[in-house]
Amino acid sequence: MELHGIGVRFGGLVALDDVSLDVPIGKVLGIIGPNGAGKTTLFNVICGLVQPTSGRLTHDGRVLRPQPHSLTRHGISRTLQGVGLFKGLTVVENVMAGATCQARPGFFSALFALPASERDEGRLNGLALDLLDELGVGDYANAYPHTLPYAVGKRVALARALAAQPRLLLLDEPAGGLGEEDIGELAALIAGLPKRQEGCTVLLVEHHMDLVMRVCDRVAVLDFGRLIATGTPAQIRENPAVADAYLGAAA
Amino acid sequence: MTLQKHLIFTALGGIFLFAVTQQLEPFRNYQLATMAAYLCATAGLTILTGLNGQISLGHGALMAVGAYTMAFAQNGIGNLYLSLLLAMLATTAVGAIIGVAAARLRGPYLAGLTLAVALAIPAFTVTFDGLFNSEQGLPVSFTPPETLPIETWQALTAGGSALLVMFLLANVVSSRFGRAMRAVRDNEVAARLAGIHVARTQVLSFVISAAPAGLGGALLAFLAQNVSPGAFSLTLSLYLLLAIVIGGLGNLAGAVWGAFLLVALPDLTNSLTEGITASPELARKLDGNLALAIFGLTLIVVMLVAPGGLQSLVQRISHRIRKGRNHV
Repeated sequence: MELHGIGVRFGGLVALDDVSLDVPIGKVLGIIGPNGAGKTTLFNVICGLVQPTSGRLTHDGRVLRPQPHSLTRHGISRTLQGVGLFKGLTVVENVMAGATCQARPGFFSALFALPASERDEGRLNGLALDLLDELGVGDYANAYPHTLPYAVGKRVALARALAAQPRLLLLDEPAGGLGEEDIGELAALIAGLPKRQEGCTVLLVEHHMDLVMRVCDRVAVLDFGRLIATGTPAQIRENPAVADAYLGAAA
Repeated sequence: MTLQKHLIFTALGGIFLFAVTQQLEPFRNYQLATMAAYLCATAGLTILTGLNGQISLGHGALMAVGAYTMAFAQNGIGNLYLSLLLAMLATTAVGAIIGVAAARLRGPYLAGLTLAVALAIPAFTVTFDGLFNSEQGLPVSFTPPETLPIETWQALTAGGSALLVMFLLANVVSSRFGRAMRAVRDNEVAARLAGIHVARTQVLSFVISAAPAGLGGALLAFLAQNVSPGAFSLTLSLYLLLAIVIGGLGNLAGAVWGAFLLVALPDLTNSLTEGITASPELARKLDGNLALAIFGLTLIVVMLVAPGGLQSLVQRISHRIRKGRNHV
């Protein structure tokens, strides 16, 4: 996935200004920046929830005009800020909904409950249960989202995103609202994602600096919609422009 | 597993229907048939509103589409089952058109659109009175079999159709399409990111909700042997919506309760007004309005006692009984 000169304007407000970024395959790329820097807007552009006013996206060497509902078919999957689960679906159904792009049977097969439809539902159900087990929340499979502890809800949301078997996973503030202990587990989980299936790339928007520095292979810094630095976590830590962005320019 | 379960339920329903129709007196069989016709519509509506979160104030009008198609087909071709099928297909087409428009609208705007449909379609029949014969409506002719009392035959036909509708809708609800409908209802952005085509799911919901409503309308025409716009007023649409809310939104068993109430409550009010012999004027005033008042009252009481509708109450009670038995 490459971004070429992406710009987004909301009326007079410049949310993103000429952002070009390569997302390295099989790595974890962190996007950081102060509030309102355009991090979530960048995600929304990649997901097709926001149309860029300039620039273009390429994916697998081809120009990508993203539409949210077809992202998973392109191997791109995303979690939302907060939890964003379907409250009327059980945990396992939530994860199965994430695997929609893999569901095969057509409407008539479902209408008459043909064996093909039945088998496929069983397959998705198994896949969802495996994922929940892998993320350590298998015990909650039949619970409804409103009964879950917050950290478990976040895990389930991650399982739902993984159910699409993405090659590019976008995580929007996965540590938001979690305690220190949960963040430690989350860090191990995120760092393990690229090894999980062949070449799964992770793009991470996060405020929690410890987490970013611990799991990211590379970090990109946004400030007022502009990309002000990219580099390894160590380089970013030493970069004076980044400190300026966060703390205000030294007088 | 799903298929077997639904087939067993349908078969049991069929046996029950057959046994009951043999026992009931003709008028009760006619009421049973009416309930089955309403059930087609409430079952469809509860999928749309309960599972997919789209409100429709126009399902009475969709029933009218089915009923008029039934009248034309029956008077033209005269094969009952073919007529019912045609009525369903015509309503499916109309439902698809409304559904495409509905998928772009949310909340009060959707209610407004479907309200317009509810008002426009009966008005249509008055405007083009050469074809639809205005308020008098059209006769629906058919030849009943000689071996059965006509009401028994009507109850079997309508009940059989309702069972088929329930079987197919139950299949959809438990499939991935039912899951997609609920996902779209709960969180549209998350549904899109999960790979669900939101607009397509909404149109599909409208279509599979409209088709049984059309069948229900056709059955009503078949029972009344006549179709006129007065039978498919806005009040009918509102009654359908009330019925599914009281029965339990998004629940097919709740739709059965709703259909039952649609037949039982007017019957109850009739016997009430007949009981009031004080003044004929009062009785006449009550006649039209008491049913609506009782329906409203039922809605308020049910919402207070069981916000999830009658079916949730049934589930709660059966759960408690089972738990109580385990304790002993």
